Parts: sequence; structure tokens; C-alpha cells
Amino acid sequence: MQQLYQQVILDNSRARSGEGELTAPHGQSFQVNPTCGDECTVQVAVENNRVSHLAWTGRGCSISQASLSLMYEMVDGEQLERVELLGETFRELIHNRGHELNPGKMEQLEDLSAFTGVGRYSARVKCALLGWMALRDALVQAQRSTSGPGQGPQTQA
Amino acid sequence: MNSRPMATIASSPRLRRQSEDTHAVSDLLELANDFPLLSRTVRGGKPLVYLDTGATSQKPESVLAAERTFNQTHNAAVHRGAHQIAEEATEAFEAARSGVAQFVGVDFDEIVWTKNATEALNLVTHGFLNATLGRGGSEASRYRLTSDDEIVVTELEHHANLVPWQELAAKTGARLRWIPVTEEGRIDLEQLDVITERTRVVAFTHASNVTGAITDVPRIVERAQEVGAYTVLDACQSAAHMPVDFHELGIDFAAFSGHKMLGPTGVGVLYGRKDLLQALPPFLTGGSMVEVVTMGETTFMPPPQRFEAGTQMVAQTVGLHAAVDYLSGIGMGQLSAHEDHLAGLMLEGLSAVPGVRVLGPTGSENRLAVVAFDVSGVHPHDVGQILDDQGIAVRVGHHCAQPVHRAFGVHASTRASAGAYTTSRDIETFIDGLHKVVRFFA
Repeated sequence: MQQLYQQVILDNSRARSGEGELTAPHGQSFQVNPTCGDECTVQVAVENNRVSHLAWTGRGCSISQASLSLMYEMVDGEQLERVELLGETFRELIHNRGHELNPGKMEQLEDLSAFTGVGRYSARVKCALLGWMALRDALVQAQRSTSGPGQGPQTQA
Repeated sequence: MNSRPMATIASSPRLRRQSEDTHAVSDLLELANDFPLLSRTVRGGKPLVYLDTGATSQKPESVLAAERTFNQTHNAAVHRGAHQIAEEATEAFEAARSGVAQFVGVDFDEIVWTKNATEALNLVTHGFLNATLGRGGSEASRYRLTSDDEIVVTELEHHANLVPWQELAAKTGARLRWIPVTEEGRIDLEQLDVITERTRVVAFTHASNVTGAITDVPRIVERAQEVGAYTVLDACQSAAHMPVDFHELGIDFAAFSGHKMLGPTGVGVLYGRKDLLQALPPFLTGGSMVEVVTMGETTFMPPPQRFEAGTQMVAQTVGLHAAVDYLSGIGMGQLSAHEDHLAGLMLEGLSAVPGVRVLGPTGSENRLAVVAFDVSGVHPHDVGQILDDQGIAVRVGHHCAQPVHRAFGVHASTRASAGAYTTSRDIETFIDGLHKVVRFFA
């Protein structure tokens, strides 16, 4: 069980980063896990090809909450290209049935590598990916709606 | 009906031998050895403690053998063909209908086979819908709904006995109303005035798959009959765990499923009072349910065949017959007493686990050994994961009943549910395991 519930996951599920709402997000997405009713909303602002602001709200198990919290820490302020790559690598890890990816990818994932064990439990895959699904969808919307640089949205909470 | 043509393995339930058990808590029944799956281990060699019977039950050897024997020696399409094995298959299929009918206190031609309980309930709602659309002739006019009519359900329902009624209301213009639940997780009998002269049908559960509460069926039937409304009972949880007699309950329609009562998946049952089935238009149409078919129109067979379109799940009905034989062998009164004992142990154990709140009655009267609970600060998925790591299988989530969870102010819960084969040792292991969960996340 310690392999699944790594300390970094337990810590992030309790002291969560990035919870809140943006005043004027460029994109947002609501996702729900129908098997347990867990849900989250991820909001993003995109400026100069960067995720200039990210905020999320939601409820769920320790895996989903820690995933959202670490996603915020890894993604907020990052270049879009890197965010996309990180998402791809994280999805690959979670679908890898509990096995690590190559060392280069594990290094790229930083703290997200703590989720390796989740892949062993097929019922928990969706928990780890819920926030990332919302992020991907929110970014698609943001890229549609952004019309040049403007007043950056501010975090409210 | 003849007795079933296949020779099934006689596996009569055994009563526990008191002398051999040195355990502090004694059980009325010790049946686990009849269930092959229960001897397996999980998660690296841990003995399985199966407490998810509310979702689906395990099957005794006699059920597995009945299906196997049927497929090996009597398999044929039923109600057609002039050959010997077609006759044998038809006899087995109809004997199963009689066996199940007897088990729930009704006549054999009041039992309709469906794929599951969800389909059985949809059969009823689509009967109303098709009647409203003018199908079924003047006989079916009794089922026609208008925008002046009301359909009553309850806040306690499984989605299977809620969503089809929502759909029916949306399609016919009838208004959907519901009886709320009490703080204890029972249908609130103080609020039966939701049922009015406008009410045409009242659909409600016999026993909740979340709170375990057993409904006072006669009270609701009485109120429904006062206003001339039909009654539809979801008996999925009750039929498997307590004596059930639909004629005595005075219910008009009832649905239950094979896989929750030690039988196979793929077979469900609709009970309908004879005169009501006769007037109900069919839901699924096609082969096997027709009399005369021309290019323009078709006449339908009488019930129950009118509602059994297409090739039927014959082996599964035979398996379900073996399951009700097995349950009758135990005696439903005996089984109910055994499970009452387990419910008491669960509730007592849970009351001593810090931060646990039971979502349902905390006394063991008028409730099943189905107990959903919330663990303060720990998400049900995490509770279930730590229990699973110890070999304990429980259900987590909303158990297909979001509204009742909302009534309790939670989005999801953990649920432990017992069955005929569950022992007091299983409950002890579960409670010990739950203490570990609380310590892990403390």
C-alpha cells in the first residue's frame, strides 16, 4: 500500500496547491468520474504560449486530489509545449500497469513519478487522470478563445 | 410442469456444526464451502472476504453445475422445434419459471424473464409509454398517461427504478414526484400525501441497496390503492435475503435479478399481476412473442411470452432455478435470521470505529445486512483500496443511488453487504481492516 500511497501523494492530498478560481479564465473544463461521482473543474489562462495561471476546484479521493495539486505545481507558469509533453508522459505512466517509464521520462515527471503505483490498480487510473483530462480540455478551449495578450486573470481564492 | 430433466449435483446447505467451532461468535449458517470462488485468495495470497453481495452475489456449486449440465445435455432453442432436446430445454425453461414463481409466491404465468432487473423495470415503463402512444388497444387504455397524471418514486431509489420513470414522465408529459427519505434513510411514511388522486403509479424499493432499510410495503400499497395507482416494487435486494410473497404484499409489478440471489448474470425477473400483464403492450418485439404476422401488422401472444422477444437466456433461467432451490433449502426465514445477526455485528463494529457514520438505520430491525458508511476525512475510494489490500472486497462510490447520497450530504460512500455465505469472522476481519484504514489516513 505504501507503494500506491507515496508520502508525496498523501501530503498533497491534504495540503493542496492551486485550489481556487480565476476571475476570467481563457478556458475551463468540468470533468466527472461517473463511478464514484468525483469531479473537478480546471481553469486556465494562457499568455505568450504559457499557462500563465491555473486554478482548480473539486472533490475526490486522495489520488485525484494529489494529482490535481501536483499538476498545479508542475504546470502553473509553464510553456504550453512542455505542459503538453508532461501530460502525455503522465498518461503513459498511469497506463503502464505500475511499471516505471525510462529514466529520462521519470526525471521529467519529477514528483509525479510518485503515481507509478496507481497503474497497478485499473480502478484508480481515472482518479489520477481526472484533473489532467480537465486540463487538456481547458487548454483546447483557451487556445480557441485567446485573442492576444490582455489583462491576465487573477487567482481569487 | 415436470421436474427438471437434468440431474443437478445435490448440494444441500449445511447447518453449522456447533461442536467444531471454538470461535467466540457463532453463526446460524456456514455455507462458504458451497461457493467455489470464496476459497480463492487475492492481492498476494490473502483470503478473500467478500462483502459486495449487494452488487452481485457469488454462486454455489449447484448453480454452476445446473448451467453446465443444461449446456452439456439439454441445450436447444425453447418453444420451437419438434425434437427431443428442444422439448427438454423447454421443460427446463418452464420449470424454472414455476420454481421462481413459487419462490416469490405467485403463479407461473405471472413471471416474465428479462435480461436483468433494469430491463424488467423498463418493460413496465415502456408498457405505459406504448399504451400512451395508442398501442395495445382498448385494454391498454388503463396505462395511458397525460399531463394531468403523476408518477411517484422515492428518494431512496436505485437509478434503475428512477431514471426509467424520469424518461416516462418526460415522454408522456406526466409529472414526476417523489417521497423523501428520513434522516435514518427510510422512505418517509409521514409524507405519503405525495400520493394523490392524480397519481397513476408508485414505484419504490423493497429494501435499499444503500441504507439497507426495509420498506413497510403494505403501508404504501394501501395508500396507492386508495387513489387507484399501480404499484411497482424493486425487489432486487429483498428477494435474495428475506422471505418475499408478492401476492401477500398486494403489489402490482415487481422486478428482481438473478445474479443478486446466487444465480447467474443475464437473467432478471418481472412479476406482473395476471390481469395487468394481459393488458400491457409489449416492450421488445420480434420473434417468439407473436401469433400472426403479415407484412402490415402483427398480433401478439398472451403473457408471459408476449414480453419475451427473441432467443431466451435458457441456461441462466435453469441456473436461477437452482439458486432458488438452494435458497429454499436454507429457508428464507433462517437466512434472514443469519443475516440479521451479521447486520448487528456490522453495526456494533462500525460504531466503535472513529469517524465512521452509518448512512442508514443504526439498529438492526427492519434492515438488511447492507451497510453504507462515511469515514470522516477519508474518501471511499481510499477506504476501499486499503480494505482491498487486506483481501476485503467492499463497494465504493454512489452505488447507483446518487439522490440518497445527496440526502445524506455526501457524494459517495463505502458499502459492506453480506450474503448467505458471509460469516461473523468475515465481519470481524472487515471491522479490523477498517480500523487499519483509519490509522493509515490519520
